[in-house]
Order: sequence, then C-alpha cells, then structure tokens
Amino acid sequence: MTVAVEFHSVSRHFGPIRAVDGVDLAIEEGSFFAMLGPSGSGKTTCLRLISGFEKPSSGTIRIFGEDVSDTPPNRRNVNTVFQDYALFPHMNVRDNVAYGLMVKGMRRTERLAQAEEMLALVKLEGYGDRKPAQLSGGQRQRVALARALVNRPRVLLLDEPLGALDLKLREAMQDELKALQIRLGLTFVFVTHDQHEALSMADRLAVFNEGKIAQIGTPQEIYDRPRTRFVADFVGSSNVLPPALTRALGGPEAWSSLRPEAVRLVGAGPVTGTVTALRYLGSGTRVMLDTDDGTGIAALVPAGQPLPEEGARVALAFDPAALHVMEGAP
Amino acid sequence: MIAPAILPARGAGDRLTGLFWRRPAVLVALLILPPLLWLGVIYLGALAALLLQSFYAIDEFSGIVVPEFTLKTYAELLRAQNLDIILRTALMAAAVTLASAVLAFPIAYYAARYARGGWKAAFYLGVMLPLWSSYLVKVYAWKLILAKEGILGWAASATGTGFLIDGLLAIPGFEGSSLSTSPFGTFLVFTYVWLPYMILPMQAALERVPASMLEASADLGATRAQTFRTVVLPLALPGVIAGSIFTFSLTLGDYIIPQIVGNSANFIGMAVYQLQGTAGNIPLAAAFAVVPIVIMLAYLWLAKKAGAFDAL
Repeated sequence: MTVAVEFHSVSRHFGPIRAVDGVDLAIEEGSFFAMLGPSGSGKTTCLRLISGFEKPSSGTIRIFGEDVSDTPPNRRNVNTVFQDYALFPHMNVRDNVAYGLMVKGMRRTERLAQAEEMLALVKLEGYGDRKPAQLSGGQRQRVALARALVNRPRVLLLDEPLGALDLKLREAMQDELKALQIRLGLTFVFVTHDQHEALSMADRLAVFNEGKIAQIGTPQEIYDRPRTRFVADFVGSSNVLPPALTRALGGPEAWSSLRPEAVRLVGAGPVTGTVTALRYLGSGTRVMLDTDDGTGIAALVPAGQPLPEEGARVALAFDPAALHVMEGAP
Repeated sequence: MIAPAILPARGAGDRLTGLFWRRPAVLVALLILPPLLWLGVIYLGALAALLLQSFYAIDEFSGIVVPEFTLKTYAELLRAQNLDIILRTALMAAAVTLASAVLAFPIAYYAARYARGGWKAAFYLGVMLPLWSSYLVKVYAWKLILAKEGILGWAASATGTGFLIDGLLAIPGFEGSSLSTSPFGTFLVFTYVWLPYMILPMQAALERVPASMLEASADLGATRAQTFRTVVLPLALPGVIAGSIFTFSLTLGDYIIPQIVGNSANFIGMAVYQLQGTAGNIPLAAAFAVVPIVIMLAYLWLAKKAGAFDAL
C-alpha cells in the first residue's frame, strides 16, 4: 500500500499556542480518513498543513513520498472543499468548476466540457449558468466538491463540509460522498467534530485532543477500545468508569469504558444505583442512573423490555467481555 | 406575585415604539423625509435650474440672459477652445484616477488583509490626517515643494539628480520652468489631494473579500498573479469604481489646484468660475457644468456594461 500523506513529528505553534503538537500519522492511498475532535483540537490545522496554507513549525510532511516543506498550495496536487465552500460569487457555476483547469491553461471549450461532466457527477446538470448565490446550501456544497474533483487531485481534503447542512441532507450527502470516494478510488481526508459522521464514513480515523492525536485506528477499534478517557467520552456515548468502580465490577483498578448497550439492569448485584432519568429513543430507551459512589451511568434498554421507574433502585450487570480497560488513562 | 403576560406601556416613548411596530412605514417615512426634501428640493432642484440655464443664451450686445430655449450655448461650448478645456480636464482626471488607483491598491490591500489592531488605527489616521488640514494650505505647501527653490529642486541639485526633473519637464505636455509651473505638477497635487478618496472605498471593498476565496484560488492551482486578476480584482472592482468616481469627479470640478500649480491652462472648473464671475455668461458656465455630469454618467454606464458591478 502506498502512503498518500505522512506526518513525521509535525508541530504547528502559534506563539504560545500549540495548535498541532508532535503529530505522527500516515494516510493510505485510496482510504477515507477522518480527523475527529472538538473545536480547537488541531484537526483543521492539520488539514491546512496538508493543503499548504499552514507551514509546520517543526517536523516534515510528505505527500506521496515527497517532502512538501517548500511547496506552495498551488503546486500541490491536493484540493480542498472549504467549510464555507468559498465559491467565487462573480462567476457562474460552470466557471467556478472550470477554475482550476483555467488557471492551468486548458482551452475554454475543453475545460467547460469537463466542468459539465463533473457537474453531472454531482447531479447538478443544467445548473452551469447559475450564480452561486442562486443555489441552496446543499447545491453549493456539490459545486465545491465538483470544483475540487475536476482537477483530479491525488488527495481530496474536506473541511467540515457537511456542517452547514440540515440533518436529512447531511445524511444523504454522507452516503453520496462515501459512494463517490469508493467509485473514484481517491484518498479523502475529512475533518469533522461529529463522531457519528466520522465513525460511519471513515476507513480509519484519528481522534484529536489539544493538538495531539489521542488515538488512531479503525472506527470499530476506536469505538470498542478507546485508549483514553477523552476518546471514550468524545467518540462514544460510552460510560467511563473510574478505577474504584471498575474494581467493584470485577476488573482491575484502572479507568475503563462500558457501552450502554452492554449494561443490564437487574434486581441485585455488587454495584447499585438510582434511576435519574429515562430518554425514549425509539429503538430503545436510555436509562440514566447514578451509582452510589456518584458516577453517572447510561444503560440502553431495548424496546419491549421492562423499564424501571424514575427513582427506582437497580443493580448493574454486564457481559465481562464488554468492559474495556483503558491503558492510556486518564 | 406573577408578572403580567402583557407589560403596560412605559410612557410616550414606549407608545411611539408601539406605533412604529404596528406601522413600520411611519418610521421609515420619518427617517427619510428630511434627507429626501434636502436632496429633492435643494440638490436636485438646483441641478435642474442649472440644466435649465444651460439651454438659455446670453444676448451678445447687452450681456443679459435671454430666457428662451436655444441650443446656441451648447454650440458655443463645442468651439475648439472650449473643447480643448474639456479634453484637458478629462485627460487630467483620467490620469489622476489611474495614478490614484495604482498607488492606493497596495495600501488598501495591506490595510484590508494584514493590518491588525494598532496598525489598522495607524492606517486610518495616516489616510485621514491629510484631510484634516485645509485644502488650500496643502496646495500652497505643494507649490513650495515643487518650486525651483523648493525642497525637491534642492534635493535634486544636492544629489546631482537635477537632470531627472529637467528631463521630466522636457517631455511634451509637461513643459514648464519648474515642477510647480508644469502640468505634471498639477497632476501630482491632484493625485495627492484625492488619494484618500480612492484608498478608503477600495479598502472597504477588499475587506469584504473573504480570505477563504483567496485560499480556494491558490488551492485550485492559481498563482498569485492569477488570483489577483481573476478573483481579487473583480471582487474589489465596485470599490475601485466608487473610488474612481470620487477622484474623477473631484478633478473634473476643481478650479483651485490648476490655478495655483501648473501653467494656468484652463480647466472646466476654472472656466465655470470665470464665466459666471468676470464674464457673466451664466448659460455657458452652466453648459460647462453639465459636461462632468455627462462624462460621469457615460463612465458609470460603461463600467456597468463591462460588468464592474456584477459582484455586488
């Protein structure tokens, strides 16, 4: 497998702020890689380091093996779908899409034909003559995508591209983006703060926290075996258990995580608590409870099973295999 | 005690707010009525009176304005000597506008893109400060700077670069005994005096171009020159046009600078000043005053045709 993008102990400091701090990472060619993290965690700065809008304070970045320390953005065969789309308001949709080909000197008829083709790929045939202001948010997003893809980039960078869309449209675009990525066989690097989006779309993902990568792996690895409390907290709706509680439940004295769907509510057991709230989710009900030592725990009770009442005393039971002890805590 | 769901009005001001809320048009009417009266009656009315005057003519023997419609005055306006004045003024205005745009762009670009905090304040002060002192003081100061014995001539002779000024003054059209009596001096002073009026709208327009637009252009492979030509300039063009309207029309109408600095060749403003004063030919003065209006309308129409306002 070829490595498309490689970071070797890359840091980017803005004065005293360590936006990116000693990041190592390798993104395989043809993969869908997500960078997940809260705002200010350094994920967007990492994306801008790949596109060339930021220069690393230290460390090296390689794109398909080539050190890009001295390569300006316009000479990197990497294109970005910007968060605000950044469509040129004074050009129509077709000219927007053909822009990258125009600045490379392609003949007008040829580049407009390619732009049309790309518009068809993102299902915007017949929109070429409109101005960006005449399009909806979802349509603008597709134009931004077409404008990047028409250049046949080796790596496509997407900076929270779905953030401005409503839920329904976002889900449709997620499916479409994933299908497009598989069809084109391109390397996608996707920045998001939405854990569901990252988990459902990515082949691999990196969870960022305070400029560092907290964990990197497949969605399943990260969801099932979060390495730190931060990852467990941020990625999942997992319960995070302090060492004393882990021990009371039969584990070692260490931080651990337990998925809500693995928790069962029974009459008696070593750990008891009080039900504080019930949240109906359709496919089941999320039962919130406080254990006697004050830890908040969520249990997912599938639809059709008996539910405790608010204020009821219950005990916890679970499949021991589901208890994941974290190595890198806290 | 439970607060009432509907609060009572707290006096006359609050009741007025209620009226404005029920009838938003009342507020709008109240706000725009005074400026509308000012613009409509005093400004446009005066302009109409001016236009009307230009269609009258002066009786050649008595020197009295005959209030009858005629195109005689316009025929007089198109005489060679008057056309000369119009052409000279328009050329000067075009040159001043072009020079202002070229000088203003880097300043405005820096201020809009890079200047932050204290530097931004310094920029505004630097651009506005010259506007705080009297226009006449500035023009006379320039006359001294440009005079043969002025600081420029002194510096040139001290550094042995006097041939540069002499060479400049030998160019046809720029002839004069010194910069202060050359049309080039007039051009310099015009450009200095009107430059802020170009910088400020340009800076405002450039500030509205999002940084992500420039990044998108670079991301798609454009060089800096290509980004400038295809993204920055088209998006900043409304600001450039706004600035050029100022520099162009201010130069077209000015009558003081060409009187003080330069070779005393007539400009439209000077012609108007002389015609309405010493010569007492109000109709011809009015006809001259119509020229800048026509030029500006033609200029705006051309700019619109060229798509300068498409980005608005």
